Amino acid sequence: MELVLSPEEAAFRDEVRTFIAENYPAEMRVPNPDTDLTKDQMLLWHRILYKKGWIAPLWPKEYGGPGWSITKRFIFEQETTRAGTLPPLAFSVTMVGPVIYTFGNEAQRKRFLPRILSGEDWWCQGYSEPGSGSDLASVRTKAVRDGDHYIVNGHKTWTTLAQHADWIFCLVRTDQNAKPQSGISFLLIDMKSPGVTVRPIITIDGSHEVNDVFLENVRVPVANLIGEENKGWTYAKFLLGNERTSMAGIGRSTRYIERLKKIVKTEIPEDDPAHLEFVRDIARIELDVLALEATELRIVAQMARGIDPGPAASLFKIRGTEIFQAITELTHRAIGNYGLAIREHPVSANHFMPGPDYGHTVSEKYLNSRKLSIYGGSNEIQRNIIAKAVLGL
Amino acid sequence: MDIQFTEEQELLRSSVQRLLRDQYDFDARRKIVASEEGWSRKHWSSFAELGLLAAPFSEEVGGLGGGPLATMIIMQEFGRHLLVEPFFETVVLAGGLIEDFGSAAQQATYLPDIMSGESVWALAWSEGRSRYDLAHVSTTARREGGSYVLSGTKTAVVAAPWADSLIVSARTSGERGDRNGVSLFVVDRHSPNLHLQGFRTIDGRRAAEVALMNVSVPASQMLGREGEGVAALETCRDRAIGALCAETVGAMGELNAATLEYSKTRKQFGATLGSFQVLQHRMVDMFIAHQEALSLMQHLNLGLASKDAGRSRLASGAKSKIGYAAKFVADQAVQLHGGMGMTDELNVGHYFKRISSINIQFGDPAFHVLRYAQLDKAA
Repeated sequence: MELVLSPEEAAFRDEVRTFIAENYPAEMRVPNPDTDLTKDQMLLWHRILYKKGWIAPLWPKEYGGPGWSITKRFIFEQETTRAGTLPPLAFSVTMVGPVIYTFGNEAQRKRFLPRILSGEDWWCQGYSEPGSGSDLASVRTKAVRDGDHYIVNGHKTWTTLAQHADWIFCLVRTDQNAKPQSGISFLLIDMKSPGVTVRPIITIDGSHEVNDVFLENVRVPVANLIGEENKGWTYAKFLLGNERTSMAGIGRSTRYIERLKKIVKTEIPEDDPAHLEFVRDIARIELDVLALEATELRIVAQMARGIDPGPAASLFKIRGTEIFQAITELTHRAIGNYGLAIREHPVSANHFMPGPDYGHTVSEKYLNSRKLSIYGGSNEIQRNIIAKAVLGL
Repeated sequence: MDIQFTEEQELLRSSVQRLLRDQYDFDARRKIVASEEGWSRKHWSSFAELGLLAAPFSEEVGGLGGGPLATMIIMQEFGRHLLVEPFFETVVLAGGLIEDFGSAAQQATYLPDIMSGESVWALAWSEGRSRYDLAHVSTTARREGGSYVLSGTKTAVVAAPWADSLIVSARTSGERGDRNGVSLFVVDRHSPNLHLQGFRTIDGRRAAEVALMNVSVPASQMLGREGEGVAALETCRDRAIGALCAETVGAMGELNAATLEYSKTRKQFGATLGSFQVLQHRMVDMFIAHQEALSLMQHLNLGLASKDAGRSRLASGAKSKIGYAAKFVADQAVQLHGGMGMTDELNVGHYFKRISSINIQFGDPAFHVLRYAQLDKAA
């Protein structure tokens, strides 16, 4: 499905397509880009987009954005996800960047934004804690003022790719006595500071994506406070809004459906009664994607006319993740007995994997995608948001 | 239709429970899975000493005469502890085939070593793209004098890297897909020209692709009648499903208990998770799924024990229904545990993976619901 594009927009789409085809690094096309790339490899595409001036579609021109319309931003998102390119560092570009240019001071903008764009600084997110997952306002990590510094103590968890990070943006409690939401501040912490420890968390697919981050008497300059003390909750909510915008994941789902079709075609002969069952299940998922894509296009068109999409992001998150989970499950079923096998981590060519190449990452994707309905505000929380904000319940 | 277990059966259950409680907690299991071999010979010996490896076999062949109900009791407890040792492959699959189809001489040769824990077995039936069709066999067995020569590749043979012996299905006549013409052979795993390529399974076990490149097997090691291997494997699959359903029910019970416990202690927004109605209803559905699965598992195993005429159709029905129920429970247990459910550290994700793996072995729930429907037509 396509938006109705003006000739200029259509030319832009073709330009993006060609640029990806000509510039996406071959060495980033590995079996599972989410787990198989080194830090340097992950940054290759980021740096290419940076040079081109396309690294931060959301950002205003004055801070280094390309100055695209909403429609052009959407086209870019569509083309990059359809082509299966690794997205630029989301925690840097999509999350902390906009917080810094919106709520940060001039010195912070000058110091951090250029290094985010270039990929020199890798950011991770210090939101969740062992006691506060969906209920983010209950963070307990404490920051106590000591002259020109805060002394920070606490434990952050589920911190994605903290093992590569130079910086972490943290929600910390600066007022113990205020209501939960009003005593929180937004602090930028150098990962090299004494007292910061990263411990890997291995997930059920065997990979190392997330971490615990322990903060023990970490001294953080007051200059690293974003906005006002105790106003961090406002900035955090702003950021979470950004986190959910691309959650519909149409491009990704479309690619995985194409792969699933190929697998079914090869693995399951047409005279096997299971074949019809797969064909029907795939068609159902395709219709789910079509309906979600139509919804996304409708909302993008409204946004282009200046209409606030409200909590549409929650709808995208719920349906986008449910659809992707269904695709990974069906793909796992499609490879039959090979679905018993899983690659060992860290990945090495010395480990044998049975069956055709297209099946080698199917088990780990199936397992890994269980996280989608949990992270970024669980799907239960997203339903609460719609119930409250849209339905008025 | 609740089973009134005999005193003997209750004793079996409590002794397995005691052994596993004392020796097979989640940390012990983690160490076993991470070890070089990936399973524990020490525990295997304990199972043999306790009589578990002899429990299902009939007294005529030297077993304890427990039948499918003994298997059910043991597998349910194994499911609760996520046991990785190859009881299912050695006792239920290979042992069952030898007991049902082996000659007296073969039973006397192989079964004592199985029951005493001396030998470990694996069943090599599946091939590339065979999916769940027992007749999809391209591996051939060619008669040469007093031997058969086997050639072909078997895939996803669980426990093969641990096994001393394999039971291999190979074609003595006919073409791939023919119901007739498949025969079963006992093959020494260390035979010349037999090559294993091992890999890890999602549920922490080891499996292998088995390449047979002109492996010579004495004719006396053919198991059952020539050409009738598919029928034998079908019988084997019914027993296998009885065991796997019991293991599944054991795992579901643990997931539900863990989720309930977590929902009573974990607080978000100033309240326990269990106080949110949407999660209460979810857990009620998980409870119902477990209750139904438990009932159907007992029903199936009673049918297997009494050799009920409809047991093969029932086996497919149970594999499907219990498979879907378990998938629902496993999905929700992970979801309700939040990020913790995704970690390797917590046992919840490991139950999820075991259930996902059982849902592949011997046919997924969609395969078996179709077979259930087709056998109704055939009846």
